[in-house]
Amino acid sequence: MKKSHLFVLAIIAVAAAIILSTTADASVYVGFGEARQRAAEGNTTKVHVVGKLPRDAQKQPVGLEYDPMTDPNYFAFTLVDTNRVAQRVVYNNPKPQDFDASEQVVITGCMKGQVFMADNILLKCPSKYVKKDLKGATAAN
Amino acid sequence: MNLLIGNIGHLSVIIAFAAALVAAYSYFQATQGRALGDNDASWLRIARGAFFVHGAAVLSVIFCLFNIIHAHRYEYYYAWSHSSNHLPVEYMISCFWEGQEGSFLLWIFWHVVLGFCIMRFNRQWEAPVMAIFSGVQLFLVSMILGVVLGGVKVGSSPFILLRDFLTDLPVFKLNPNFVPKDGTGLNALLQNYWMVIHPPTLFLGFALTLVPFAFAIAALWKKELTAWVKPALPWTLIGGGVLGVGVMMGAYWAYETLNFGGYWNWDPVENAVYIPWLVLVASLHGLVLWQKRRTGLRTAFALVVATFVLILYATFLTRSGVLGNASVHSFTDLGLSGQLLIYLGAFTVLAIALLVWRWKEIPISEKELTAYNPELWVFVGATVLCLGAFQVLFTTSIPVYNSFMGLLGIKTNLALPADQIAHYSKLQLWMGVFVALLSGLAQIMWWQRNNKDTLVNSLTAPTLLTLLGTALVVLLVRYNGLTISPAYVVLTLAGLFGVLANFSTIFNLLRRGIRLSGGAVAHLGIALMLLGILASAGYSNIISRNVSGLLYSRDFDEDLNRDNVLLWRNETTPMQGYELTYTGQYFDVPGVPGYVDKQYLFRTDDDYKALARAPIISGGKTYYKTGDTVDILPENTYYRINYKDRKSGEQFTLYPRAQVNEEMGGLLASPAIKKFWGHDIYTHISSVLDPRKEKPWSEAKEHVLSVGDTIYLNDYFAVFRAIEPAHETAGLNLQKGDLALQADMIVYGEKRQYHCHPVFVVRNRMVGRVPDEVEDLGVRVSLNSIDPVAGKFTFAVSTTQKDYVILKAMDKPFINLLWSGTLLMALGFGLSLRQRGGKGAVVAEAALEAETPAEASSRTARPQPVG
Repeated sequence: MKKSHLFVLAIIAVAAAIILSTTADASVYVGFGEARQRAAEGNTTKVHVVGKLPRDAQKQPVGLEYDPMTDPNYFAFTLVDTNRVAQRVVYNNPKPQDFDASEQVVITGCMKGQVFMADNILLKCPSKYVKKDLKGATAAN
Repeated sequence: MNLLIGNIGHLSVIIAFAAALVAAYSYFQATQGRALGDNDASWLRIARGAFFVHGAAVLSVIFCLFNIIHAHRYEYYYAWSHSSNHLPVEYMISCFWEGQEGSFLLWIFWHVVLGFCIMRFNRQWEAPVMAIFSGVQLFLVSMILGVVLGGVKVGSSPFILLRDFLTDLPVFKLNPNFVPKDGTGLNALLQNYWMVIHPPTLFLGFALTLVPFAFAIAALWKKELTAWVKPALPWTLIGGGVLGVGVMMGAYWAYETLNFGGYWNWDPVENAVYIPWLVLVASLHGLVLWQKRRTGLRTAFALVVATFVLILYATFLTRSGVLGNASVHSFTDLGLSGQLLIYLGAFTVLAIALLVWRWKEIPISEKELTAYNPELWVFVGATVLCLGAFQVLFTTSIPVYNSFMGLLGIKTNLALPADQIAHYSKLQLWMGVFVALLSGLAQIMWWQRNNKDTLVNSLTAPTLLTLLGTALVVLLVRYNGLTISPAYVVLTLAGLFGVLANFSTIFNLLRRGIRLSGGAVAHLGIALMLLGILASAGYSNIISRNVSGLLYSRDFDEDLNRDNVLLWRNETTPMQGYELTYTGQYFDVPGVPGYVDKQYLFRTDDDYKALARAPIISGGKTYYKTGDTVDILPENTYYRINYKDRKSGEQFTLYPRAQVNEEMGGLLASPAIKKFWGHDIYTHISSVLDPRKEKPWSEAKEHVLSVGDTIYLNDYFAVFRAIEPAHETAGLNLQKGDLALQADMIVYGEKRQYHCHPVFVVRNRMVGRVPDEVEDLGVRVSLNSIDPVAGKFTFAVSTTQKDYVILKAMDKPFINLLWSGTLLMALGFGLSLRQRGGKGAVVAEAALEAETPAEASSRTARPQPVG
């Protein structure tokens, strides 16, 4: 076997290892039902959950708990996933600014006991990308 | 409404498109079926003319678009959505490329510039190379064409009118000529000088990758399989340097402006540039190997093609919307996915087909490389770079797999790794180790005749010093009470070896009087960058842990990351070696150095204007007198944080800011950084009382007082000292015949006393009251009524939530190694280019060309410059 063949084999081996490690590290999008099931099976790998905040008649989100005076690093809220399963979520960081206005929330983390411990929150806000709204644009202008 | 400028612009886009088509076809005809350099003169003339027309049209498009932004023509969507009346001119340049269309335009512009350079400096290769260039331009211009062809919309025009974009808006039904008074503004995060120079640098880097690609394709097409390397090499060098610097500029901007706590977040948009840069640098090594040592030509071909294909793939990733939720700052989806895919597909298929067709004819080196050949180690190094790029590519593409499977009708739910930093670092760290070790080793070997003795000779000193240095570092880390993992020890070892070996190469070459090696300088820079990344990211230390000793009773009692602290206004909080005090909110006032306390400014209906309530003085100079109108920048509120070192007593002040940014979802924090030579203190706001919301005041409590009385206000005691005629008070606009009185009340706060002047005005028998607020204390007092007979004054006092900030502070050791390493790397690229382009190099290379193949084999013994 020539040295160059050995070299090519080594490259293929490393590339395969990279693919395997990526597959192992890759997370999945699940609902809270599956997240609970995973926790029950003792699987503590982190998952992504996409959901919305439950809102009252005034479109204000309900069930947010954040009191910086007692603990600036404790924020709890309820999230309803795409299968309409509601779950209490705890985030050990300050409440993200404009959390209330978000249209969609993506969290990563895993179930711990009765709550979902989130270590990351991604917010999708209504006006984030294309500007579509023209405020104060009336015929009088 | 000015429709003319938009029509000229749109027409220019169409001309640019048509001219690119003519240029591509004519250049193709000029060279097809002929030897390199022997062109059909008439086709060549047409082609050149067409490319000049194309260039002129592109300049005209740029002029029109800039005019639309500069003249605030809000009838155009581009100006309305990216600019506003208050934007300073320098940031109008940033608006230009904030949108997708403008950034395509920037890219097109650089291609035009590079195309003219090729026409001027690479005459022999002009026709085939420019045919490729014009072809690429054809695709790029099609992205901003904005024409409907056979029911299919091709491209998105930057000259679209607001009324054509927001067709559903009721106002246009009533008045089609409606023009908004102001634009929605440039995303305030991009109002930063780095955002003025970072995108052009990056797009110049992108554009430069086309040059070696076009040469490689021309070489395969014209069957000139070796001659292309020499003209392509300097362009690749510039590309590697510019793209590398561009990436680092982006990193520095993120460090200064974003609040994720570092300079690199493995965001897909960052990765999309990092991947092609790694492969570009690998391809540069392939080209140098062929140019200097006549080996590795196939590698060079494959990598040059791969670099350009990866640039196209990066364009597809960031601009097609395929990333969706995975990235925070990819472009808006303009529905160009199909066009982008065709662009990516066309050039990938063309390049790979040509490469396969000619593969067997590409010369390879006869000799088998041994461990004593530096070429082998350069080759291994390039491979390591490619493997590192592969990991980032494979992971970043996860959203693409989901979309692709979705197209096939299979639903997948794969997500990016939950801990991306850990995922990428575990492999990129080893890439760094190998890059540092191999660059040191190969640099030493490149410049000498190698056998066991010479190698041991030249490697002993750097190796011993490296071992000594690593031991010292480990001891120092331990001495400071920190741990160091085996992987970090290995990276330290490799980084130090990279620094010392490259340094010894530079030193030896200088001593032998040969020249300063650009390659060794660049590699030295890279090794320093690795050490800087290891120190600043691996040992980034959060200072703002909860040190109150209080454990908040919650559902969890384990040791959680409690990385944020709450600071009350004017109360000092201890924090790991520092005492922090938050002392108020400030504004940036153009023309006044530093920041101006909000309490001195009386806000008006115009957000951008305020009245001075007290003289605004900075450094002994009075910039505004009381009552003057002050221009302010209201988007950013700066929170003044005073740091006091508990040991040395040294003090410094940081102003982290929060920015009202509707586009990015509301309120955004940007850090403030205090730089010391050995470390940075990095601080950002995590949460504040929203500056956009009205403060909720408590119900007013009435107090009836006489002059000299004392009362308690929100836990502070206050003395009502006097009643006096009100002076010309800010915002009051007193007229003749008005009666205005103000109370003088002194409130005793924790730190200092505050004068509080509620005003009582009688104008035309109407009573007006202007309350006064002590923001520091959260108290508002108004003078409600006056009983002149009894000498009694009725005050209404309300209180509000006391002001606070929640912040996170970090210490980043030795981050300056990263920035200085970047500068060295850039310098190294520059030196290599000068040596390659300078007169001496031309003579030396001419001599090399004259060498016979027999002599070529002995060439390894002689010092040769390496990229």
